[in-house]
Amino acid sequence: MKFDKKDLLGIKDLSVNEINLILETAESFLEVSTRKIKKVPTLRGKTIINLFYEASTRTRTSFEIAAKRLSADTINISASTSSVVKGETLIDTARNLEAMNPDIIVIRHSASGAPHLLASLVRQSIINAGDGAHEHPTQALLDMMTIKEKKGKIAGLKIAIVGDIAHSRVARSNIYGLSKMGAHVTLAGPATMIPRHIEQMGVKVFTKMEDAIAGADVIMMLRIQLERQNQNIFPSLREYSQRYCLNRGNIGLAKKTAIVMHPGPLNRGVEISPDIADDPSRSVILDQVNKGVAVRMALLYLLGGGHE
Amino acid sequence: MTQNKSKTVMDKDGIDRCLTRIAYEILEKNKGIENLVLVGIRTGGVYLAERLQKKITAIEGTSIPLGILDITLYRDDISTAKKKPRLGKTKIPFSLDDKKVVLIDDVLFTGRTIRAAMDALIDFGRPKMIQLAVLIDRGHRELPIRADFVGKNLPSSLWEAVSVNLVEKNGMDEVVIKEEN
Repeated sequence: MKFDKKDLLGIKDLSVNEINLILETAESFLEVSTRKIKKVPTLRGKTIINLFYEASTRTRTSFEIAAKRLSADTINISASTSSVVKGETLIDTARNLEAMNPDIIVIRHSASGAPHLLASLVRQSIINAGDGAHEHPTQALLDMMTIKEKKGKIAGLKIAIVGDIAHSRVARSNIYGLSKMGAHVTLAGPATMIPRHIEQMGVKVFTKMEDAIAGADVIMMLRIQLERQNQNIFPSLREYSQRYCLNRGNIGLAKKTAIVMHPGPLNRGVEISPDIADDPSRSVILDQVNKGVAVRMALLYLLGGGHE
Repeated sequence: MTQNKSKTVMDKDGIDRCLTRIAYEILEKNKGIENLVLVGIRTGGVYLAERLQKKITAIEGTSIPLGILDITLYRDDISTAKKKPRLGKTKIPFSLDDKKVVLIDDVLFTGRTIRAAMDALIDFGRPKMIQLAVLIDRGHRELPIRADFVGKNLPSSLWEAVSVNLVEKNGMDEVVIKEEN
């Protein structure tokens, strides 16, 4: 099994074999980050551009650390300090970056499909670090890696995803990935946050959180995007947290061994109570971040250069 | 179409006798097992390292540490390779500082794997010395590298393939030399 894609645009395009190859490669990369010298010469002389049109701490840092541990040179561009503020279009920015001969461009953009547009325009490998409400493939891969490590498998597990499904690229990538890997995915959220016809993706949908997390092996809480409060999709944070906050009480409905995940950043007390988020017997939130570096090293390795 | 000529150059007993001799030679050269560690190169070298570890334990009565090294990330052709080779796990759960490290591989050929392995080891610490043990030395070096312990020198042409089959991965122990198409 070899990885022969030019880009990583979404989990939707990946086969089960490709997902397994990425996860196994990432498992091998975990060890590199535990060394005293956390660097291997593999991508020496390669240039990786992190092009972030949206705010990010975790993902951008994670990609940068991953690239540096592989000896690649990294350049970070954030929209607020670039020519974007002078009105340059994405296509023009991409063509200009291409002219400087990088090897991989990692892009985050608020428009769904922006990485796909880029991939069709430039010869470099494109990695989608989140596009609008569409996909966030590296997050889903690190989530799958965490589940696989904690549970020993993905197939057959009951996995509940709770929150604002409609605006969540993390949810969409995970639904694609987890379903492909044979998990049973249930969703819960207010009706205004559940996209219509989402059942067609092979998931069970509930409006009551308790129904979705009953008997679950994994509970994945999504961040409430506070910036959407004025879009009238939920009456108040207080009401939302009364119905959809994971806490000591409702977690008892899940399996005793159930793990809790969250893609970050946390809104403590809104979608997850602090005692759950900080409970080492339940929360694997920091494991997810740890796996993120290994997953991104695996992708940079698999895509890194050598393409025509 | 030409038939591939294949010849067995070493059988199960031959491999075992070579490893027994190498185990004694390692102990003789290092005057025992003090500060001695073994590191097998994935994949063939790992099985040979495990066997050498057992033999050394049997002789000395004490086990010595064994590490596993995947050299993929240190290959000199990795940045230009269109398809990346599958990455295996490296496990060296002990310090290499001031240790006498015996690197173990199945076949010594161009020497490029060993160059990569030495670079990797040095990223793990500062060994006192690195020695090399191989079951087969088939010649055709492209780098100034030689083995300290050799099971068998096997003169070969570049058109031949030498494979070390081991019970642990191929179900039987034998060394085969074969003409490639």
